[in-house]
Amino acid sequence: MSHHIVEVKQLRHVYPDGTVALRDVSFRIHHGQSVAIIGANGAGKSTLLLHLNGYLTATSGIIRIGDHQLSKETLAEIRRTVGMVFQDPDDQLFMPTVYDDVAFGPLNQGLDTAVIEQRVVDALARVDALELRNKPPYHLSGGEKKRVAIATVLSMLPEILVLDEPTSGLDPRARRQLMALLQDFHHTRIITSHDLDMVLELCERTIILHEGTVMADGPTLEIFSNEALLATCHLEKPFSMQGCPVCSPEGTRRRPAQQRPLVPPHGDHPHDHHHHDHDHHHDP
Amino acid sequence: MLAIDGSLLDFKRLDLLAMQESAVHRLDPRAKVLTTLVFIVCVVSFGRYEVAAMLPFCLYPLALLALGDLPTGYIARKVMVVIPFAVMVGLFNPLFDRQVLLQLGPLDIWGGWLSCLSIIVRTILTVAAAVTLVAITGFPAICEALERLGMPRVFAVQLLFLYRYIFVLTDEGGRVARARQLRSCGKRGQGLRHFGPLLGHLLLRTWERAERIHMAMLARGFTGEVHARRRGRFGGREVLFLLGWSALFVALRLYNFPQFLGLLLTGN
Repeated sequence: MSHHIVEVKQLRHVYPDGTVALRDVSFRIHHGQSVAIIGANGAGKSTLLLHLNGYLTATSGIIRIGDHQLSKETLAEIRRTVGMVFQDPDDQLFMPTVYDDVAFGPLNQGLDTAVIEQRVVDALARVDALELRNKPPYHLSGGEKKRVAIATVLSMLPEILVLDEPTSGLDPRARRQLMALLQDFHHTRIITSHDLDMVLELCERTIILHEGTVMADGPTLEIFSNEALLATCHLEKPFSMQGCPVCSPEGTRRRPAQQRPLVPPHGDHPHDHHHHDHDHHHDP
Repeated sequence: MLAIDGSLLDFKRLDLLAMQESAVHRLDPRAKVLTTLVFIVCVVSFGRYEVAAMLPFCLYPLALLALGDLPTGYIARKVMVVIPFAVMVGLFNPLFDRQVLLQLGPLDIWGGWLSCLSIIVRTILTVAAAVTLVAITGFPAICEALERLGMPRVFAVQLLFLYRYIFVLTDEGGRVARARQLRSCGKRGQGLRHFGPLLGHLLLRTWERAERIHMAMLARGFTGEVHARRRGRFGGREVLFLLGWSALFVALRLYNFPQFLGLLLTGN
């Protein structure tokens, strides 16, 4: 069954002002896969995500979710199948209480009260936020907001989860907690992020977008080992793959020139000359 | 701007108070909203020189304060905030209305003074009732009650969104203002000229956020109707609360109890 497949074919999107955000994007994601979509700012990641649940309409190209091709008729079904978690949880949590927010989707689906109650409790328990159910969203911390935002989507029982920058703005512990949570999901996951260490841990496959086209698509580890590719796409190896500059001297030496620290280490005086100039300047 | 940040934090406290548990907190919001409406109508409909007859009405907010276990000082401070506005409204009455209505020994009391005082008392009473209503009910529940009482759903949803995003908006506004302040080096910066673009910027950001929220709503199957959870039941306790207080308000409105009491005590 091709139920949870996401297929994008020759997708092109031109904004009304003439900006070509996506030139020609094609990929196919299989059931249960966890895929990262990465790229520099303005590479077209957000535009691509907004196509996946039909918020933006493609200028040309085809999007297929499961057995349905995205169109006006299949929009409702596709929006249920694709759970979209936005970057800023304040955009996603708009109801007076956490409970109401998680119930928003199921209520729109027109389910029974008892079913809705069950769905809300399950979704909140899944993200470990059951005790927050009666709180208003603006009383929550950043990490709590993020987890609740995920619950609002889980309560609709999506088959595919699309997450935009899930770890942005989280403290290290909240980030870990969220990553552990995402690791446990069996949904098809599509994640955009600049947090490449998170990508390395969570996604077996990575797609690099660059100026509206797919620059690379393959196993995450393989892509992150290709330094030349990363450099052209304005990216950098995740920190966990870079040699540690403190404890392994070879690591520092292998780093490309433009990445050398701005402040020279002690004993190294390439800026001495400059310093003298500077002093001179201040002499009366 | 700090002041606005601070007063908003205070707003959150009002919210926390509404989450407490007590007999009045548990009442169906509709009963409380209706009772407060009757209260306000009764107080506002008094004659312009009436002061003493309104005083017994303070019983209602005070009773709710006690029953709902609310911090009196905090609620009093909230009410105080509006007194300057009431004073502004009544300020010129003593200048225009110099008809002598009352004589306290050698002192002539003009009608203007009485009507000014009356405005202030009215304001304090109605605002106190409204603030305690929010503190024992919570804003979202009030919106829901209003909607169930017949207010068009669009307005209810608008009010809910207003309440949800006023926190986000003031946060954003606060940050922008702070950034401006820090770069104007303790002076007045470029004066008022820069507030135009600043507000415009804030408006654009709000617009963009609205678009993102709409997106999030669509993503979860929004079709133009907000299905709210129905809570609470209008039972015997609610009827009792509504009718009991309303009867008292109407009685206090029709008969001048302070005067009655005075007559009784002086034996006339």
